[in-house]
Amino acid sequence: MSKQAIGSVLVVGGGIAGIQASLDLADSGYLVYLAEKNSAIGGVMSQLDKTFPTNDCSMCIISPKLVEAGRHLNIELLTLTQVQEIAGEAGDFQVKLLQHPRYIDIDKCTACGECQKVCPVETSNRFDEGLQSQKAAFQLYPQAMPSAYTIEKKGVAPCKAACPANPSVQGCLALINHGKYKEAYELFMEEHPFPGVCGRVCHHPCEEICTRSTVDEAISIRSVHRFLADWAKKNKISFKPTVKVKRKEKVAVIGSGPAGLACAYFLGIQGYPVTVLEKHDVLGGMLRIGIPEFRLPRDIIESEIQAIRDLGVRFETGVDIGNDITIGQLREKGCKAFFMGVGAQECKALGIDCEDLEGVYPGVDFLRDVNLGKEVSMGDRVAVIGGGNVAMDSARTALRNGSSKPFIIYRRSEAEMPANVEEIEECREEGIEIMTLTTPVRVIGENGRVKAIECIKMELGEPDSSGRRRPVPVEGSEFTIDVDAMMPAIGQESDWACITDECECTLSDWGTLNVDSVTLQTDDPDIFAGGDAVTGPSTVIDAIAAGKEAAVSIHRFLNGQDLKKERPEKAKPFLEVDTRNVPPAERENMPCLSPEDRTGGFKEVQTGMDEQMVRREAARCLECGVCSECYQCVKACLAGAVAHDMKPVVHELHVGAVILAPGFTPFNPAQYDTYSYVSHPNVVTSIEFERMLSASGPYKGHLVRPSDKKAPAKIAWLQCVGSRDINTCDNSYCSSVCCMYANKQAVIAKEHSDDPLDTAIFFMDLRTYGKDFDKYNLRAQEEQGARFIRSRIHSVFPDEDDKLRIVYATESGKRAEERFDMVVLSVGLSPSTDVAGLAEKMGVELNDHKFAKTSCLSPVSTNREGIFVCGTFQEPKDIPHAVMEASAAAAAATGNLSHARWSLTRAKEMPPEADVTGQKPRIGVFVCNCGINIGGVADVPAIRDYARDLPHVVHVEDNLFACSQDNQDHIKQIIREKNINRVVVASCSPRTHEPLFQETIRDAGLNKYLFEMANIRDHNTWVHMDNPEKATEKAKDLVRMAVAKAVYSEPVHQVPLKIRKAALVIGGGISGMEAAVGIADQGRTVYLVEKYMELGGNATVLETTWQGEKIGPYLEDLVNRVKHHPNIELFMQTKVTGTTGTMGNFSTTLTSLNGESKEINIDHAVTVLATGGKEKTPEQYLYGEHPAVMTQLDMDRAFTERDERLSRAKRVVFIQCVGSRVPERPYCSKICCTHSLKSAVLLKKKNPKTKVYILYRDIRSYGFREELYVQARKAGVIFIRYSLKDLPKVESLANDGLSVTVTDHVLGMPVRLKPDLLVLASGIVPNTNTDLFELFKVPVNSEGFLIEAHAKLRPVDFSSEGIFLAGLAHYPKPIEESIAQAKAAASRAMTILSKEEIMVGGVVASVEEARCAACLTCVRTCPYGIPKVNEDSYAVIDSAECHGCGMCVSECPGKAISLQHFTDDQLVAKTTALFTSGG
Amino acid sequence: MNEIFEPQIVAYCCNYCAYAAADLAGSMRLSYPSNVKVIQVPCTGRVDILYLLRAIEDGADGIYVAG
Repeated sequence: MSKQAIGSVLVVGGGIAGIQASLDLADSGYLVYLAEKNSAIGGVMSQLDKTFPTNDCSMCIISPKLVEAGRHLNIELLTLTQVQEIAGEAGDFQVKLLQHPRYIDIDKCTACGECQKVCPVETSNRFDEGLQSQKAAFQLYPQAMPSAYTIEKKGVAPCKAACPANPSVQGCLALINHGKYKEAYELFMEEHPFPGVCGRVCHHPCEEICTRSTVDEAISIRSVHRFLADWAKKNKISFKPTVKVKRKEKVAVIGSGPAGLACAYFLGIQGYPVTVLEKHDVLGGMLRIGIPEFRLPRDIIESEIQAIRDLGVRFETGVDIGNDITIGQLREKGCKAFFMGVGAQECKALGIDCEDLEGVYPGVDFLRDVNLGKEVSMGDRVAVIGGGNVAMDSARTALRNGSSKPFIIYRRSEAEMPANVEEIEECREEGIEIMTLTTPVRVIGENGRVKAIECIKMELGEPDSSGRRRPVPVEGSEFTIDVDAMMPAIGQESDWACITDECECTLSDWGTLNVDSVTLQTDDPDIFAGGDAVTGPSTVIDAIAAGKEAAVSIHRFLNGQDLKKERPEKAKPFLEVDTRNVPPAERENMPCLSPEDRTGGFKEVQTGMDEQMVRREAARCLECGVCSECYQCVKACLAGAVAHDMKPVVHELHVGAVILAPGFTPFNPAQYDTYSYVSHPNVVTSIEFERMLSASGPYKGHLVRPSDKKAPAKIAWLQCVGSRDINTCDNSYCSSVCCMYANKQAVIAKEHSDDPLDTAIFFMDLRTYGKDFDKYNLRAQEEQGARFIRSRIHSVFPDEDDKLRIVYATESGKRAEERFDMVVLSVGLSPSTDVAGLAEKMGVELNDHKFAKTSCLSPVSTNREGIFVCGTFQEPKDIPHAVMEASAAAAAATGNLSHARWSLTRAKEMPPEADVTGQKPRIGVFVCNCGINIGGVADVPAIRDYARDLPHVVHVEDNLFACSQDNQDHIKQIIREKNINRVVVASCSPRTHEPLFQETIRDAGLNKYLFEMANIRDHNTWVHMDNPEKATEKAKDLVRMAVAKAVYSEPVHQVPLKIRKAALVIGGGISGMEAAVGIADQGRTVYLVEKYMELGGNATVLETTWQGEKIGPYLEDLVNRVKHHPNIELFMQTKVTGTTGTMGNFSTTLTSLNGESKEINIDHAVTVLATGGKEKTPEQYLYGEHPAVMTQLDMDRAFTERDERLSRAKRVVFIQCVGSRVPERPYCSKICCTHSLKSAVLLKKKNPKTKVYILYRDIRSYGFREELYVQARKAGVIFIRYSLKDLPKVESLANDGLSVTVTDHVLGMPVRLKPDLLVLASGIVPNTNTDLFELFKVPVNSEGFLIEAHAKLRPVDFSSEGIFLAGLAHYPKPIEESIAQAKAAASRAMTILSKEEIMVGGVVASVEEARCAACLTCVRTCPYGIPKVNEDSYAVIDSAECHGCGMCVSECPGKAISLQHFTDDQLVAKTTALFTSGG
Repeated sequence: MNEIFEPQIVAYCCNYCAYAAADLAGSMRLSYPSNVKVIQVPCTGRVDILYLLRAIEDGADGIYVAG
């Protein structure tokens, strides 16, 4: 522990546990970093429909917590964030977090959803468990916090990464899928100005890497972008990029080939005056003079050049640089930079004899001459030497130019030919012979003209530097072919006449220009170069990319910027695409003219795909990168929030402690064939079923079968899928929650059904062990008629009508089957997928199940000091337990940080508040367009103008986004300028935005309650989109109503109330002591009151926890700490006899019970009730009558005391549920099964020959306690199930022995056992403390257990503020849970105790004394019991305690009570305004 | 009556549940008639019977209290 502790805590995981821990920490004086790997917090709880046992809407109850955590000044929310590394020690950890880019600026996003609307990419919706799709631009769920959208980008699609020019190919395909051809064309043109050219002649590296080729065949990407170009040409759509700014610096581009043209295009977009200088009389370089027209029609080249011309680029042809004009002269004319794109147009020589004979005609020269319209006659037999596209083109052109028998000679095999496969194929179709593995060695002439060629056969040897196998001549294989002409086409080189002495450029040994590989700058700083001139003969796309890259360099050069700095790296393709479930779809083939139709002339051979073909091709795209980078969202987002170039951010933080709450992953049952889960749509997981039930889910809350969307009549739940299973999934533990959620789902499903729904739950043991769970189950069975079938599932088979046939074994082992419309698999809680990595980075040990390893005696601590855990990462558990542990972890994490409390927290400075009393209302109305969310439907200017004439309105305006940061400043300015004293904003929901605007007007010096909102988006334009006129009228109504209420708005003030810095803890058991130490460690005084003489409660009897940790030493240590803690004042043998006051300021009377009856008064801010419970003394089974009958605690004592009865016993019988789960006490005591299993295993360990029988109703060894059950079975403990209707019979025998008779559940026959010992697992009852509970006015349930404020989210709070509970008084629980709950109570208490003062009042009820008749109506009405009638006979409502619901206000017959901010005047004015439109 | 009768309905919605549900309807772009207007209350318990009478008096055809 370092001396200077850091006052901040990192919480990893934003599920309910992480949220609760963060809130507790932030509320008690620590700065919290909440790191969540998803784009929003909420975890699995936000996916749930309802929660058990209260059937609350899960989202409704978590949503306020989300908002609270999201807006908390001291919680820094880091979404899409994962831990990278951690160093340091408890008190001062250094943590590195990696935050993945959201691609949307969270501060600008207004959550309007326009990006989602235009996004063309459909991907599986993970929040809805894949039951429906979502866009790549998405919001995790509608109530997500933060509400900002996210773009899911896995990486750069391989097609985009592979293309040197980087157009968003996937984006084009996605847009084509939606018929958005224009957008697709424009998207392509943004990055690559030659879709028509490349769509015909590109060697398409994009297709080579296309992920689709791993499934069947690559997508025909080249044909698709050719289609776009042809479509745009046909529809006369031209793309004119926006020229950024006009610039002066002249740039000369030498050569009009693809490199030069691309460079000119991108420089033109930058606004430079560019002149392209071309040696030939035609533009296009090799596109025009090297590629024949039947492959690339002239009009295509020309139309794409026209787009460049339209940008203002000038072209001059017939200018031979070096001869007509030099670089130096151009410099003198003011050219500031040059791009050399002169290509490589001179044919390389073969280097054999007699190459200079007549009839030897280099291929490129031949193509150029024909392409320029020159008459060339070659004779019939033309041998073309080479295997590239020039060779193919030469042969095919010769064929069309009158040569009847052109053929090709190539020295390697066809596999090595560099020409496009399509072109080789087309050559063949046209009858052109290709002689491979042949090379000419000599040209044979006659009369100065070529007559024949002598060739030699080749074979392939070892690979050469190009990776291709080197051709080696076969000795003696020479032969001669007669020819009329020979065309070498083995490569080209450049003509460097343009490089005159004024240039400092240098050439490589290969005759290419030397350039910097990144910047393409030559040795002469103002000269850049690219394309074939630099690379030697290469591809069109490489040349285009080089021109594009050089344009970037030239722009930087001309602006004096560093040429290399922050140049984007070459994108890496994302290749890890899951292609497992991709159905095959054939690739479309490019339609071609028949060979007969095409060889007669120069007509284009490939005719292009039609629209349908292209749509089918586009639909084959696998959307590798998820986001296709089509950038439609950028255009759609009026707030300018989309930022595709966002980069990951590394946060380096110092924190005092870490809390890990990474949660769990629902078990994926896809690995089981037996359930037909993968193959049948009507088999769903329980989490999928939650989404199906949810109103915001895929079926909008209508319960229908996925297969046919019809309402099911019968649904089955299969329990323990992925739990208690070591055969298939190795999750041997019990997932703890599935029995209850299946109960809940069955009940809720019935509620969703119009017709009676039959629900059947197939289970092994029913584990409804939590508070009120058994009651819930009884209601489900008896009132709602859910069927529970104790069974083992064999298989689920598909049946007719999309039904499913479940084959199972009954409890007695008989085979049975039943048909259902749907099957829900109650999947278990698996360890979170990334938790192993997280634990390793954190140095945190995991248990065998891959959950955090913890001790029962320190349930939220890990092996590493300063790192704590909570929630399902610790063990599968339900929500209240997770929430409770979260608070416990917060308390444990800050135990050593209290010196640093409030050291890093942030506070907001506020200007003084203006006094508006007596002022007439001056109302300012701001109407929000919300981009187009409101303005696109309703007539916002009309609403604004309408508001102008409303009473008291002095200012109106409309805003694009009322909530934008700049608009907040604007609103403040208007308030000051126009002396406004009431503000109305007509925009979205006050639930999300009211606090923001309230803060704004408060910053402008107005009380925040002088603000009113009209919800004209969520309640208007979003729900009346189809009727803009009515939406406009309704918006006017809503604005009028808001203004009417604002007229009556008055400032409301909260007042600070100093608090006392002490806590009262009642109960000296484990829970009370842990709570006391927890608070005392945080530096606050604790008064610990115990009514007996001894501390320790039940723990004094217990020997070990279920995990085997010794309780004795732990207890001794705890008692010592309590007794010697400087902050704890201990009151033994003392009772609480009176208490008054409210949160922060209680005053309590303690009376000693040691005979003196001395009274003491203490002042304290909070109270913790830990009054405990006890083992019920059994009234049955001869307990107390027969010496061999004992309870579990009796047996524990016997073990401790080494009672000989134990070692002598040959047969021991346990009876479970003695006094629990019976009509008088319809609850499970939770710990007895574990206790008996532990004792049984111990007996077996001590003497394996001892016969041990456990008579049970359900074995409830939840969580990892299942290990004990397995151990017991392995050790030979015999389990016999009995039912409540047929209880075991215990009789005393004549020989002082015992007889236990029970009906065996498998045999169905009575079995008689004669145990030497009978152990009764008697239930737990709360200690009777009626007077005490009445004193504190805390509620108890019918069994006497204390009732917490909320069963799910406030498990240790009471409804009355400032009072907390822990331990057995709340409900039966094991020691580890009591410890956690006590720590949680300490944490909750510290949220109050840590402060100097608390703010009270606000929206609370206040009583007008003169009007009060003391009729007690308010006292009876208030659900929280706050109003009291005082000695002066009028009601008093403590503003510190009032919850502000206003029920008393409505009920008060004398109208003596009012609720601030919701006064009668305000609500009546609002209502009346609705009906008095004044027009 | 030739005109289609369009009732004016005022809905008092609890801030915690029904008002949130009305927001959710918006988020999900569901559709309902525009002649329903929502008034936010801190709890349906705050809805005084007098408001209901007053609304009817003012011309409400239907009142919806949801929470």
